[in-house]
Amino acid sequence: MIPRRLDPILLMVAVLALWQGLELIAGPEVVASPAVTIVHAIALVQKSGFWQDAAETGLAFALASVISIAGGLLLGLWLGLHRFAGDVADPILGSLYSIPKITLYPLILLIFGLGMSAKVAFGVIHGVLPIAIFSMNAVRGVPPIHLKTARMLRMSKLSIAITILAPAALPEIVAGIRVGVALTLLGTLIGELFAATTGIGFALIRATDVHDVADILALTLMLFLFAASINSLLHFGERRMRHER
Amino acid sequence: MSANSGKIALRGVTKVFAAGNGHGAVEALGPVDIDIAGGEFFSVVGPSGCGKSTLLDIIAGLSSPTTGEADFDGKPLAGGVPEGVGAVFQQDASFFWLNVWDNVAFGLRRKGVDAAEIRRRVSYALSFMGLTEFASAYPAQLSGGMRQRVCIARTFVLKPRLLLLDEPFGALDQQTRLVMGDELLRVWREIGATVILITHSLEEAAMLSDRVAVMSARPGRFIDFVVTRWPRSRDSRIIADERFGGITARLWGSLREESLKSLGNIGGAAMLDEPR
Ligand SMILES: Nc1ncnc2c1ncn2[C@@H]1O[C@H](COP(=O)(O)OP(=O)(O)O)[C@@H](O)[C@H]1O
Ligand SMILES: [Mg+2]
Repeated sequence: MIPRRLDPILLMVAVLALWQGLELIAGPEVVASPAVTIVHAIALVQKSGFWQDAAETGLAFALASVISIAGGLLLGLWLGLHRFAGDVADPILGSLYSIPKITLYPLILLIFGLGMSAKVAFGVIHGVLPIAIFSMNAVRGVPPIHLKTARMLRMSKLSIAITILAPAALPEIVAGIRVGVALTLLGTLIGELFAATTGIGFALIRATDVHDVADILALTLMLFLFAASINSLLHFGERRMRHER
Repeated sequence: MSANSGKIALRGVTKVFAAGNGHGAVEALGPVDIDIAGGEFFSVVGPSGCGKSTLLDIIAGLSSPTTGEADFDGKPLAGGVPEGVGAVFQQDASFFWLNVWDNVAFGLRRKGVDAAEIRRRVSYALSFMGLTEFASAYPAQLSGGMRQRVCIARTFVLKPRLLLLDEPFGALDQQTRLVMGDELLRVWREIGATVILITHSLEEAAMLSDRVAVMSARPGRFIDFVVTRWPRSRDSRIIADERFGGITARLWGSLREESLKSLGNIGGAAMLDEPR
């Protein structure tokens, strides 16, 4: 048996092998090899232009995340605590969530114009709904037996909310934030791809225009590393909260 | 006995669940009439689905009867759960986000008991529940039986004057059940509580109780009462008493027909009575 701790390393080796294979098949003018990409990425992080783009994207992403999380939590928790409102909202949120967000893009551009606020808005429309849906279900999914226990202890509503509902729902809420934040990043980047003059998304488009394969892959690699670390961090927190193993 | 002795009086209590999604109205319970004395150890046996948990919810003040009257210490059980009532439910009610110690201390903290007293009661409860070395473990790391013991301890430490137990030992193996039964008897004597125990084990009911009530198939009514006349100082060794077999036999005699009926409710029980 291979220890499970080695799984991520094995996965990485497999990805690198596939990537290298792809380069061999498709040719270096389509896919840069892992080695070339990594060397290019190292060169990239030494340029100030990259950090300006990263700061732009980072700011948009941070703003969009804060709004997505705050809005999603408020909406989701409120709906979760109000049975009837939740029943009504559930299918509505579901269908809103399933709308391809891209169809809203012209509208967002009309409202916000080009630039930061449009990027943020696009991030938010991707992230806010999953966070709301997860939080609503987290609260509704608290086992009725816990509420029965609370009633046996004659606890106040506030005390129930703080000592039972919140901790019981928290792991699921964090799972929602994890999904929501990933989609917020996606939204922010799409915003930059479409209509921006700064940011990593714009840098990607620029690299595509001049067909700089190594640049494209290096940027993609860095985005991947960034997204993966946020995801693992939240995933780790979520697992800790569930107290499994 | 004082007014706050933990006595129960039910008069013509019934429960009908209104029709909901997928089912018509369910006559779940009664009519039930019963007086349970303060400090009595009272058990209920009955076929599954006959309304035992429903009865317990009503006595706890968690749910109100459709008709009839339910009194606890002479006061109607109208506005919710009265002070001094503890319950262990059939389902696992342990809190996954708290370790064993904090689970057991949960109720005491909500009641504002002082910290030293909480420490004393929790460590005592953990020791007699065999959970001391798991004090800092989380429920997800424990077996179902151990989680149930956590819930039992969480309720016992509150020293309620009415203790409601809904098949609390269902997840435990036979030996542990006997040991837990002994502990329950000790707690019962120590805190002088009224105990109402629902169990599907006739032996458990016969060994622990002052009085055992047998319920009919749904809607559950009391069809027989067996008074055991065990001494208050009893423990699980009374299963060797010559009267023990007689008591369980009497319980089974009353229960057998009702169990067949309740199987009939889910279809195909007629065959049991009339072999082809
Ligand atoms: N909230 C409810 N709504 C509708 N029917 C219910 C509800 N709770 C219990 N019942 C029904 O009432 C009957 C008695 O249930 P219960 O008291 O749990 O039985 P027992 O504990 O004896 O197994 C069962 O038929 C059950 O399906
Ligand atoms: Mg039951």
